Amino acid sequence: MSKPKIATTSLAGCFGCHMSLLDIDERILELAELVEFHKWPINDRKSFSAQCAVGLIEGGCCNEENVEVLRTFRSSCDVLVSVGDCAIMGGIPAMRNMVPLEECLQEAFVDGPTVHNPTGAIPNDVEIPLLLDKVYPCHEVVKIDYYLPGCPPPADTLWEALVALLTNKPISLPYNLIKYD
Amino acid sequence: MSEKVEVVLDQICREVGNDRTRLLDILREVQHRFGGVSGEAVDLIAQRLETPRVEIESVVSFYAFLSEKPNGNVVIRICDDIIDRMHGSETVARAFESELGVQMGQATEDGKISLTHTPCIGMCDQAPAALINDVVVTHLSSDTARTIVAELRENHDPTQLVKELGDGNNAHDLVSSMVQNNIRLRGPVILTDFEPGSALKKALAMSPVEVIRNVKTARLRGRGGAGFPTGMKWEFTRAAKADKRYIICNADEGEPGTFKDRVLLTEYPDLLFEGMTIGGYAIGAKEGIVYLRGEYTYLRKFLESVLERRREEGILGRSVCGVEDFDFDIRIQMGAGAYICGEETALISSCEGLRGDPKNRPPFPAQSGYLGYPSSVNNVETLCCTARIMEHGPGWFSSHGTDRSTGTKLLSISGDCKRPGIYEVSLSTSLREILGLAGAEDAQALQVGGPSGQMVGRQEFDKTICYDDFPTGGSMMVFGPQRNLLEVVHAFLEFFVEESCGYCTPCRVGNVLLKQRIEKILDEKGEPADLQYLEELAQTVKMASRCGLGQTSPNPVLSTLKRFRSEYERRVKPATDGRQPGFDLSEAVAQAVNIVGRESTHS
Ligand SMILES: Cc1cc2nc3c(=O)[nH]c(=O)nc-3n(C[C@H](O)[C@H](O)[C@H](O)COP(=O)(O)O)c2cc1C
Ligand code: SF4
Ligand code: SF4
Ligand code: FES
Repeated sequence: MSKPKIATTSLAGCFGCHMSLLDIDERILELAELVEFHKWPINDRKSFSAQCAVGLIEGGCCNEENVEVLRTFRSSCDVLVSVGDCAIMGGIPAMRNMVPLEECLQEAFVDGPTVHNPTGAIPNDVEIPLLLDKVYPCHEVVKIDYYLPGCPPPADTLWEALVALLTNKPISLPYNLIKYD
Repeated sequence: MSEKVEVVLDQICREVGNDRTRLLDILREVQHRFGGVSGEAVDLIAQRLETPRVEIESVVSFYAFLSEKPNGNVVIRICDDIIDRMHGSETVARAFESELGVQMGQATEDGKISLTHTPCIGMCDQAPAALINDVVVTHLSSDTARTIVAELRENHDPTQLVKELGDGNNAHDLVSSMVQNNIRLRGPVILTDFEPGSALKKALAMSPVEVIRNVKTARLRGRGGAGFPTGMKWEFTRAAKADKRYIICNADEGEPGTFKDRVLLTEYPDLLFEGMTIGGYAIGAKEGIVYLRGEYTYLRKFLESVLERRREEGILGRSVCGVEDFDFDIRIQMGAGAYICGEETALISSCEGLRGDPKNRPPFPAQSGYLGYPSSVNNVETLCCTARIMEHGPGWFSSHGTDRSTGTKLLSISGDCKRPGIYEVSLSTSLREILGLAGAEDAQALQVGGPSGQMVGRQEFDKTICYDDFPTGGSMMVFGPQRNLLEVVHAFLEFFVEESCGYCTPCRVGNVLLKQRIEKILDEKGEPADLQYLEELAQTVKMASRCGLGQTSPNPVLSTLKRFRSEYERRVKPATDGRQPGFDLSEAVAQAVNIVGRESTHS
């Protein structure tokens, strides 16, 4: 039987959650025994060519492209996991949710004290995905099966959760892995 | 700040002896005189009371009836709780808005009249109702809204709006209110004639310990909602070692749909004060405090006059009834518009001149309450019952009701019924009988005990209001077959979101999340998993909240999920392709499309 495939992506995140995944250190080799990394930032594959067992999502949705990627993940992965606070509740990027989009852009590209923008134009290239009115947590856009909180979730949490998921065993996370203060 | 203002503030502070613990009285008075508590006023008060400025600001910001920005000389507060909405308060509100030319929360251009919403003001039996300054106006319609605005523009005097006086003491000179008592059914225990002094004299013939024993033998349980045995509470308070103790009457009556204490305060103040005096004697207190909700300010002068008369009659004050070493007096502490202040520890905070934040328990008020002294907080009706127990004996009292739920209960019935009002019934009465009395045989649901209570459906109408079935502080809201029960749940959650003191996260945030999820389901964008989400979140909020507000605020959700699950199920559908029906991409990018002027390339 071929190994189950997994996919990961970073939407409106800082890649910190992916760094945390790499922090499982040499266990990455064990993980490679268990799974095949089908599509993730390391191999930079652009699209799915097979159905995956598990998808890990870092970051929430701040623009239309995030939404599209997330929807593709939903239809291409059997189980979808929101990893980290950005995916689960928007995180730092969602701080802009208090401010209307137009004011955000104005401040970022025109009025900000360190901005040098003689034309006063807001960047507008067709390659730039349109921003959403606010940053959405992933589960408000698609159905999410599991949540792994933390900023980022510790490597051991990710490891324990993945192994449990892939070996179909109940997860047991000790207190220090789910304690956040 | 003008000299005159400084003089007035000086005087207001001096009247309460520059006492920090009387801050709420000071602020209420400043608000009353100047329409708001300005930054300069805060400075002056801080100096006089030798208190940090920020403490005063935090108190001002806490209470709905206090404001930093000056309000108009006339403030119109329209009740927007569910019962009033069912009786057309939204139309009334629109009429006020258009007559005044302002939106809710604004003041007229000349700054003279402000318009705002308020939660239940205890007039649900005569809804839609509003408070105009301290004046209650009831049975509003868009027509009356127009005449009210016309008159207010002319004379700016809300008292002139009362044309026809209500019944009983509502017509008393010192009340002069259009409020109606709506007493529909008098029972044998509470709503019968009372001779001032008669219960007190019997109590004073006993020792305090005997008085407590009698209350225990009567098996009286608290009528404010929680049902704690009153005799035991008095015993604990008496047993606590201290050189002072307090008896506090909870007349905050904030649970939407409750208005029975209003009627007791109007028609039976002597019975209440007598119960307090007996309680004071029993626990060893020299002072009693009535915490009267700000919404009932219209009763204050009248109540003060009853207290004064009792002093003159020798049944209050020095050596009560000639008993040498029993001095006992009562003061009225006005609230300022905060539901949470009905919670006993928040009520004590408020009496101490603090924000109405609940306190951690233990210590319980019986051990350490008002100013750190042992205090017994009892509901108005509970105290009335203790007076009756003294008057007629514990055996007579416990012969009413059931074994574990003795006596009678006052119900405040409102909503979709023909005869809203006050009913005194035995605690063994079934919900079906109650609905029959009120003329609401076709009810689809009865909210027992207010938003923090239970929503009950037809299959359980044969259960009773005894403490083992569906106990109630008195609020009974009837919902007819035409009502959307999820809208009711939504309105209740709005209430809790507004009234949470904000101290703990599960309550402050959890109630907002519950409300949002109910909105999603009401918008037909819900999926079956939302029901589980609601259940789990509701349990978390109940379990992790500090006080009774957060511990009960998810009840509307949980009780409807339990008894009216089909209301949810028929509105949710499984998400297709794992997409959330609540998320609409074109809506989410609409602003960006507008700003940059190009269409989305995604769909
Ligand atoms: C949020 C909240 C609001 C309350 N409001 C009232 C109230 O308005 N009147 C009341 O008597 N009890 C109210 N209570 C109950 C009081 O905390 C307390 O239990 C009661 O006053 C005790 O009196 P009793 O034993 O005579 O019922 C409230 C409780 C909570 C948690
Ligand atoms: S949760 Fe923390 S680590 Fe993960 S993407 Fe967000 S900010 Fe980065
Ligand atoms: S449960 Fe709500 S009202 Fe009670 S202390 Fe916590 S935040 Fe305040
Ligand atoms: S007065 Fe409006 S609900 Fe009670």
